Amino acid sequence: MATLTAPLIVSSRAEFADSYTLSRYLATGGYVALRTALTMFPEDVASEVDQASLLGRGGAGFPAGRKWSMLRKAPLSYLVVNGDESEPATFKDHYLVERDPHQLIEGVIIAAYALQVTQVFVFLRGEFALGLERVQQAVNDAYEHGALGSKIFGSNFSIDVVVHPGAGAYICGEETALIEALEGKRGFPRIKPPFFPAVTGLYGEPTVVNNVETMSNLPWIINNGGAAFAALGGGRSTGTRLFALAGRVKNPGVYEVEMVKNTFRDLIYDPQFGGGVIDDGAIKAIIPGGVSAPWFGPELLDLPLGQDEVAEKGSMLGSGSIVVMDETTCVVRAAWRITKFFSRESCGQCTPCREGSGWIERAMYRLEHGEGRMEDLDLLLDLCDNIAPGLTWPPQMTTICVLGPSIPSSVHSAISMFRDDFIAHIKLGRCPHD
Amino acid sequence: MSHFRVDIRQRAEEVLGLYPRARSAMLPLLHLAQEQDGYLSDEGIAEVAELTSTTPADVRGTASFYEMFHLEPVGKYVVGVCTNIACLLAGGEEMLEHASAFLGCAVGGTSDDGMFTLEESECLADCDVAPCVQVNHRYVRTTTPDAFDALVGDLRAGRLDHDVPAHGTLIRVHRSGGLRAPRAEVASQRADAQSAREARANEESK
Amino acid sequence: MTDLTRTTVSITVNGRTVEANPGELLIEAAERSGNYIPRFCYHPRMDPVGNCRMCLVEVEGPRGATLQPACFLKVNDGMNVTTDSEKVKKAQDGVLEFLLANHPLDCPVCDKGGECPLQDQSLAHGSGETRFVEEKRHWVKPVEIGELILLDRERCIQCSRCTRFAADVAGDAQIAFASRGDRIEVATSPNQPFDSVFSGNTVQICPVGALTAKPYRFSARPWDLDQVESTCTTCAVQCRVAVQSSGNHLTRVLGIDSEPVNHGWLCDKGRFTIDSIDGNEASTDLLHASTRITEPMIRRNGVLTSVSWGEALAEAARLLRDASNTPQGVGAIGGAALTNEGAFAWERFLRGVLGTENIDAQYGDGLDAALLQSLPKATINEAANAPTVITLTGDLREELPILFLRLRESAVRYHRSIVELAFGPSALRSVTRVSLPVRPGEAHLVARALTSTGAVDKGVEINEVDLAEARRLIGESGEGVVVVVGRPNVAESAQVVETALRYLAEQLPQAKFLPALRRSNVMGALDMGLSPQLRPGRGFDELAEGRDAQAQLAALRTGEQKAVLLLGGCLLGNVIDVTGACESLENADVVVVTGHGGATLAYANVVLPAVVQHERVGTVTNIEGRVTSVAPKIVAPGSAWPDLAIAAELAEQFGQNLGLHSVEQTAKTIEATTGYPTLSALNDETSDGYVAGRGDERSPRRPLDPMAFPGIRSIEIVGLGATAGAVDVSDVVTAKAPRSAPLGSVKAGRGVDVPLADAYSLRVVLSRRLYDNGIAVQGSPALHNLKAVTTLRLNHFDLDRLGVSTGDVVNVIGERGSTRLPVALDDGVPRGALDVAFGSLNEDGEDVIRPIIDHDRVITQLRLETT
Repeated sequence: MATLTAPLIVSSRAEFADSYTLSRYLATGGYVALRTALTMFPEDVASEVDQASLLGRGGAGFPAGRKWSMLRKAPLSYLVVNGDESEPATFKDHYLVERDPHQLIEGVIIAAYALQVTQVFVFLRGEFALGLERVQQAVNDAYEHGALGSKIFGSNFSIDVVVHPGAGAYICGEETALIEALEGKRGFPRIKPPFFPAVTGLYGEPTVVNNVETMSNLPWIINNGGAAFAALGGGRSTGTRLFALAGRVKNPGVYEVEMVKNTFRDLIYDPQFGGGVIDDGAIKAIIPGGVSAPWFGPELLDLPLGQDEVAEKGSMLGSGSIVVMDETTCVVRAAWRITKFFSRESCGQCTPCREGSGWIERAMYRLEHGEGRMEDLDLLLDLCDNIAPGLTWPPQMTTICVLGPSIPSSVHSAISMFRDDFIAHIKLGRCPHD
Repeated sequence: MSHFRVDIRQRAEEVLGLYPRARSAMLPLLHLAQEQDGYLSDEGIAEVAELTSTTPADVRGTASFYEMFHLEPVGKYVVGVCTNIACLLAGGEEMLEHASAFLGCAVGGTSDDGMFTLEESECLADCDVAPCVQVNHRYVRTTTPDAFDALVGDLRAGRLDHDVPAHGTLIRVHRSGGLRAPRAEVASQRADAQSAREARANEESK
Repeated sequence: MTDLTRTTVSITVNGRTVEANPGELLIEAAERSGNYIPRFCYHPRMDPVGNCRMCLVEVEGPRGATLQPACFLKVNDGMNVTTDSEKVKKAQDGVLEFLLANHPLDCPVCDKGGECPLQDQSLAHGSGETRFVEEKRHWVKPVEIGELILLDRERCIQCSRCTRFAADVAGDAQIAFASRGDRIEVATSPNQPFDSVFSGNTVQICPVGALTAKPYRFSARPWDLDQVESTCTTCAVQCRVAVQSSGNHLTRVLGIDSEPVNHGWLCDKGRFTIDSIDGNEASTDLLHASTRITEPMIRRNGVLTSVSWGEALAEAARLLRDASNTPQGVGAIGGAALTNEGAFAWERFLRGVLGTENIDAQYGDGLDAALLQSLPKATINEAANAPTVITLTGDLREELPILFLRLRESAVRYHRSIVELAFGPSALRSVTRVSLPVRPGEAHLVARALTSTGAVDKGVEINEVDLAEARRLIGESGEGVVVVVGRPNVAESAQVVETALRYLAEQLPQAKFLPALRRSNVMGALDMGLSPQLRPGRGFDELAEGRDAQAQLAALRTGEQKAVLLLGGCLLGNVIDVTGACESLENADVVVVTGHGGATLAYANVVLPAVVQHERVGTVTNIEGRVTSVAPKIVAPGSAWPDLAIAAELAEQFGQNLGLHSVEQTAKTIEATTGYPTLSALNDETSDGYVAGRGDERSPRRPLDPMAFPGIRSIEIVGLGATAGAVDVSDVVTAKAPRSAPLGSVKAGRGVDVPLADAYSLRVVLSRRLYDNGIAVQGSPALHNLKAVTTLRLNHFDLDRLGVSTGDVVNVIGERGSTRLPVALDDGVPRGALDVAFGSLNEDGEDVIRPIIDHDRVITQLRLETT
């Protein structure tokens, strides 16, 4: 059974219908952490976060403190918040921006103070119309409240936060593509090196890009100390994390769970969380961290929800989304649909991703619709190999950004785990689930 | 000779004031152009090009990268039905087929009365209410064909005008003012912080 | 280009140690060491983007060897690179297979077939079999995206060379990527076709047949083309080009990557006006036929009639001899269309045979030749590398397009400073550090303000902050400053700019100057002495006195001068006072030596047909004094002769021998007597020419890069053919250069009196457009639709003051007449001025603006009235 001793760090206001308002936020301890932070040296704020060893919650899982420490010293620098949550089946940032925008803003101001950055852009996914309105209202209220603007809360620190709407492009979740979009361009990920926007980011200036959930953890860390955060979870995976559970489960939703202390099975089956598989069917496979991640079979359900634990088994915790597929699921169709997504969302900048995603999608479509050939399976694996040589995880890549090597994950997983299902499609000349 | 209405033009200029470089305002300005015209007209594109010191081809090329911008007129309501993985497992494809039949338009098309444009969406990040349907980027949370039909009836009858504004109107909460951290003050504040940091480092080294 | 310092670094490529320059791109360093890495998107004249992924190689890193794009990676010491492993081969083969997946199999009907980088690399690396069984991507093909360019999106491999060229090099993103993923396409905006004056470059650098040029399309197969290397003389930048023909028909001009001049780029005028030389088979338009002169003609009974060369020469000699019997009775105007050797021969004829000093290669629309000669000169590279450039010119994109590209690159890519004296709209404006608006009649005042710390003259509006910044950038002595100077406004007396120029020369002793005269080989003609007081090889005779073009036209009008020899047929197209010039010619005996006809021929008594560019051999000299060779690609039509032969035969009619028998021997004579490097340039096939006055400074040519500039074949194979090495140079003793004009002896630029501005009028800026109504564009079916239409461009303050807006037609009233023209908003025009294009036509096809210019005043003021 699930371990439920940890406090709720980012979803503590879930019970309130008006959780997004300033009044509720203030009534529940809001902006206390910021006032505390403003009495500290900025670097002490940063070291609390470092001590918490808070891993970035966007997908790559890079330690936030380390990211901050790489920020090149320059007269101008920027903080950009990545709220372009688009990884399929991931909906935890959606939850945070709609339900607790002030927590996000407070986290942002704390981060900006620690980094001594005075201009912040909060990039929110364009499809979050309500979320955009809630965050914009929170920003307006925060200015009114004195938490934003000139000399906030009577301190010597001034800050502006601009809410920037995206416009529908998955790739803008990639931090350099997000910066391009913020510069008003097509969301083409930047070629590396430089590897980190912390050196050359927005307008070529040093820039830190942090995820919405990462930011939302900061008020709690300042209120309770980095050590308290680090005491939760296990290994490198400290604290709690929001998991978005979706697919063939009885209770899909966003659940805050202490890391490592709980397993995939806990999350899927515990009545407080997923409550088990629909119709109590058997799990065929799960996608452990967004559709970019290689799949797990049911034999790995007892794996702890920890970054390194999942990485060791050749996948990733990624964006914190878990999709459950059961015996009713056609894995060929699932893998095809995921490939179609990547093909639609490929920015088109570099060849292997642009052409590879379209080719693989069309071949997968044929297979799903009973028009496949046996040789297609090896062809698909070879095309995948030409995008992500060796088909390892973490991947090698022939592309500019990681969207490319994300394409093979589901195709490679499906073919290697469920080759018989493909053969059945080919032999039947149609999808057996139709 | 602005193509933008006075209020849109004013908001456009306010938006421009929020960014260090004009081009950064591209996406918000395109949203504004779409708010006025319901799609990105050539005139709207030309005005955004002027405001951002770019060219119409550049603006158009940029806009076309993003799903939410429409270069051709669309219905008053753009209905997006997600068929991505979580919704696929919850009947997203069937919902899309139903919507197409009920609205009488193909996916990507517009209904004869010009009211509805139907799109197949990628994941809209509301996967616990699957299959996910958005109208003009508002979550409508209709997961069954019957609920969908009722929603369409409500939209047609104008009963949801408050919840679902016409296509293009993305954000009804506007920023209450421009930048307020005075740039000169910010510079001196950075210098103060720097000297504080150095003073402390000196102290520690003693 | 990367910033290269002296020291080198060592890298390992396939186990061998290779020396490389720090900061150099791996793809370049590897190629130099003999390890060629395939590529598509990489272009040596643009910043790398690493998006085609064809150049993936293995590079050792902290996490083992990973695949990295060699075009994007800069070498660093100890870098260990493998370019030939199985892993690299699989990755590159994979990329090529992906590129070919949706690429159509239409090579047999594709213009690029035979010179296509994709085709070549597929043959070299491809498997020959396709595993792609899906339906290929389809687009409507081809789409006409501009007057000259067609786009076939099915062939496009999304390398972004064209869009990067448009945005980054030309600075005008009329084409851009649209959509994303495998639906990505190059696209224009519906209301803005791709009509950049640089559009042809995108065709040249396209690594597939996605972009094709309408004039060349389907006209030839690459393997049927003959080629010579030559120099384009469409303008005075003189880009290096490969000129290609099929049979005796010019098919294509391609830019050669000349390090000192054009970096491979060309403007569309230089690239596409070849159809004004011998027409265009693809076009049924006969316009070109009317501009080309192919037979000698004499006016009989008022009609120009074809005659034999003998008759024509005899008649020309008779007219010129009769006139030269009167003191100062004869003179010559023109010469920019000549080669240096042709100009030298005419100079000998004019001074030696006719004994006249009335010689002017300009049409009164340039600058004082002696003043220009007296200035310390900068090369184009020196201007492009100068920390600060001052421009005192019109819109360089319209006047000298490739110079514009070089200066733009300097500002945008290398962050160097441009201080612009802003006479009117300019494409450079968006990248200048400071632009100081200058109204007509004020250039000398602004120049004075720039070079002193005193007060600015009363009435001159200059933003003080801008002025201070400009002064800071220029410095006290002008060290590191290059002044680019042309004739920004032909409705303003040249004295204004000349006075400004003299201030700058005197006050900034360390500054260098780059003349921005526009026309063809005007610099070569002046260097050969086609100007009063100038002598061949950049000599100067202070005591000589002669009439310049304007003085000759005046003397012809009064009858003091009886006859004029026009070297080139475009006088009436270029003088400001066109009515006066018509009167002058009406009055006189006129002998025209020209390859192209035009309005001037209506006044000709004798017409002698001459060869034009791409039909002749010789040398030419560009704005920086660079002497390069031109080569013939086709035989001139009819019985046109080289100028050298015409001058020599005409001298024979006077019983004199010019002593010039061939181009080679003439080039040798020039170099042997003046040190001017004509023979050096003519004989050296593997250089980008020699700069006059700079001794032996030779510019070696960059190696040919068929991936960067496909279509150009190795020059070593074809070369100059007949002329190469034809003259024994062993006996040439390089002579000492003659004495050039010292600034102190030059009369020009010693001040000007500008009349007070009339508050009710606007001062006229008559500026140049690339596509004017000149002979080249008139005779070019490809370009004539792009000709400028007469529009008055005004600042919004002045539009508001007049209560008019773009598109409104106004009455234009001047002292010499009035007309009606539409106005347009252009905030590039200084307040109180109006800009209008020289040589433009109104909607009825008439040049209505030149007749109302006050050509004898320092400035022209016009009043606009709404109707």
